[in-house]
Amino acid sequence: MLDLYSPGTSPLHRLPPAPKMLALMISATLLFINQSLPLTLVATLATLTLYPLTQLTLKQAAAQIRPLLWIFGLFFAVQWYFSGIQMAAYVVLRLAALILLASLVTLTTRSSDMIDTMTSSLRFLKPLGVNPAKVGLAISLALRFIPVLAQITTEVREAQKARGLERSIIATAMPVAIRTIKMADDISDAIESRGYRP
Amino acid sequence: MIQIENVSLSYGTRAVLHDISLTLTERRIAIIGANGSGKSSFARLLNGLLLPTSGTVRIDGQTTKDNGKDIRRKVGFVFQNPDNQIVFPVVEEDLAFGMKNLGFSKDTIATKTTDILTRYDMLHLRDHPAHLLSGGQKQLLAISGVLVMEPIYLVLDEPTTLLDLRNKRRISAALNALGQTIILTTHDLDLIAAYDRVIVFDEGRVVIDDTPANAIPAYESLMA
Repeated sequence: MLDLYSPGTSPLHRLPPAPKMLALMISATLLFINQSLPLTLVATLATLTLYPLTQLTLKQAAAQIRPLLWIFGLFFAVQWYFSGIQMAAYVVLRLAALILLASLVTLTTRSSDMIDTMTSSLRFLKPLGVNPAKVGLAISLALRFIPVLAQITTEVREAQKARGLERSIIATAMPVAIRTIKMADDISDAIESRGYRP
Repeated sequence: MIQIENVSLSYGTRAVLHDISLTLTERRIAIIGANGSGKSSFARLLNGLLLPTSGTVRIDGQTTKDNGKDIRRKVGFVFQNPDNQIVFPVVEEDLAFGMKNLGFSKDTIATKTTDILTRYDMLHLRDHPAHLLSGGQKQLLAISGVLVMEPIYLVLDEPTTLLDLRNKRRISAALNALGQTIILTTHDLDLIAAYDRVIVFDEGRVVIDDTPANAIPAYESLMA
């Protein structure tokens, strides 16, 4: 979701976020209810087929799975040990199908549209004191600043290494926390400067 | 016109600005001074991000204390680090943020987004993730995000500090082409050589207030 959106004109790109997100929720539920390995395999292949049909490439599909391969490997090994190879294949395939489906939604939906939809759908919580606009902004900020925080952490780690410290969680966490707090002050000022009123 | 009347500012017991009185009427005004001299705090007073401990800041007759919302519409603010100013993950979404806050229509937002990205040769980056932009592109996006809100005054806090020479020149050219009144804090003396007025801060006080031709050599002597 950070930088997943891939511009396009396919029907899925043009579809509003709400039906896509609803379809994702229903598909995910069905995937979890289903206990059949062949059906899970069909669902995974069907999801993969949707990629070229929505102007996306199989390379993009693979890119969604690649960072999670180690988790797949871990799940597969544990399930194989405790429940057999068929269950291991079922669990991993189901997870892959789910990730591919979710990525299909994020690849074809702008994060701002998705956040607007989430904000609207949270309106029913207003009587409970929840401000949907604030929730929407919080999600945007989280998406925006995850890579910035990753960059800060890399810079701090490099600075520690340059001074002879190979690995220390505390020595990394402290400067990252201090820089993040300072940054949060500026971000708050920037949001206020740009006319935001909660 | 910006009027600063007997303004002092303290953070707790630490005084950062002492009894400043200025009237800013020129189109290009630079604020320079050593680190910790109070110039960034001064800049933040101009759009009400900070309120003076004593004294008054007036923008076209309105005080920042009583008219924060109107003032921030009139006075755009660009931060030193654009990463702290860009709040949405994608270029187009970030540009839309300020305009949505001001209640612009969807069509207006789309038109103004296209116009500003075209102006800075960034139209191809419309759908680009903000965190993957170069430093210069990020700073241009930060400036654009403020300009689309149509401010009358633009305050920039060291906008070129983190940039290489090429991007400094790019930002400088972009600023020079603007119709807005610009008030800029900087350490980059080349950037302000053609400005109308240079104000030098030292330990929270205005120590020099003159044209660049006179103020910059005096500042260099002060820092020697």
